[in-house]
Amino acid sequence: MANHSLALRHQFDDVVQQKDASTFGMWLFLTTEVLFFGGMFCCYTVYRSLYPAAFGVASNHLSLLWGGVSTAVLICSSFSMACAVNSGATGKKNAIVGYLAITILFAAAFLAIEMSEWHGLYQEGLMPGFNFTFHEGDARHVQLFYSLYFSMTGLHASHVTIGIGILLTMLVRAARGAFSAEYYTPIEISGLYWHFVDLVWIYLFPLYYLIARHVHQG
Amino acid sequence: MSEHIVTKKQYGYVFAILLILTLTTTWASYFDLGKLNVVVALVIATIKATLVVLFFMHVYWSSKLNKIVVVSGVAWLALLLWLTLTDIVSRGWLPFPGK
Repeated sequence: MANHSLALRHQFDDVVQQKDASTFGMWLFLTTEVLFFGGMFCCYTVYRSLYPAAFGVASNHLSLLWGGVSTAVLICSSFSMACAVNSGATGKKNAIVGYLAITILFAAAFLAIEMSEWHGLYQEGLMPGFNFTFHEGDARHVQLFYSLYFSMTGLHASHVTIGIGILLTMLVRAARGAFSAEYYTPIEISGLYWHFVDLVWIYLFPLYYLIARHVHQG
Repeated sequence: MSEHIVTKKQYGYVFAILLILTLTTTWASYFDLGKLNVVVALVIATIKATLVVLFFMHVYWSSKLNKIVVVSGVAWLALLLWLTLTDIVSRGWLPFPGK
């Protein structure tokens, strides 16, 4: 129980209260994140309702295959993150390190896919501000779609990048034996952040990749 | 420890459902359901998001205070979308046929 007393800061009655305070603080931060992304989702909603046809044409230019694969990769990363939290709660140091490493690999794979997607769109001339060219109709509002696409996936990707930094820090701390079954709050809190990143993508995927798939079909 | 420890098996079930729902929403997007396409996509996304929040993020087992924080986040987001859309919808700008 040496870790137990070491980990308890003097302003808290006990470790449970300390952990509840951390979780509460993280959730308050995440609600501000909901509204941070929420403003962009609101912007998307307004412009998609104003220009549904242009948004449909633009959406079908994105690769459904790679959009779907990156969704699956992020869900896998969330699962391995959840396993890392479970390993924290059961005090298995090596398992924490292993699951965090897997989570980081999935996160890196997600970023690699996204960068290659962005590069492809850039080469097609679909990056607003960089010689944007589009010849199938309403180019102005297709450009609006891509502005929103790059802003929202870009903000999301910056969260993924920050997440990788957080998870690497946790990995090093876990490897040095900073955590035990009595004290693994940082792993739990990092998990909340990571699942939130997954949560945002759960909405980005259908709104950017799926909205007009039925139009081509028939 | 008074808290609930979620097992890997429980996480595994949630993980499997999330993957199945991803395939479902992709499959469903190929059918022409008119205006319902976006509804189906958002309902499935919301089911997935709820699973992540409740089980991966442990809100199902967390304190009432935490649950209130989560609900307040959703409520403020709803307010943001709702008040903005009342403005946009009532201006007659939307490209609905016949308007």
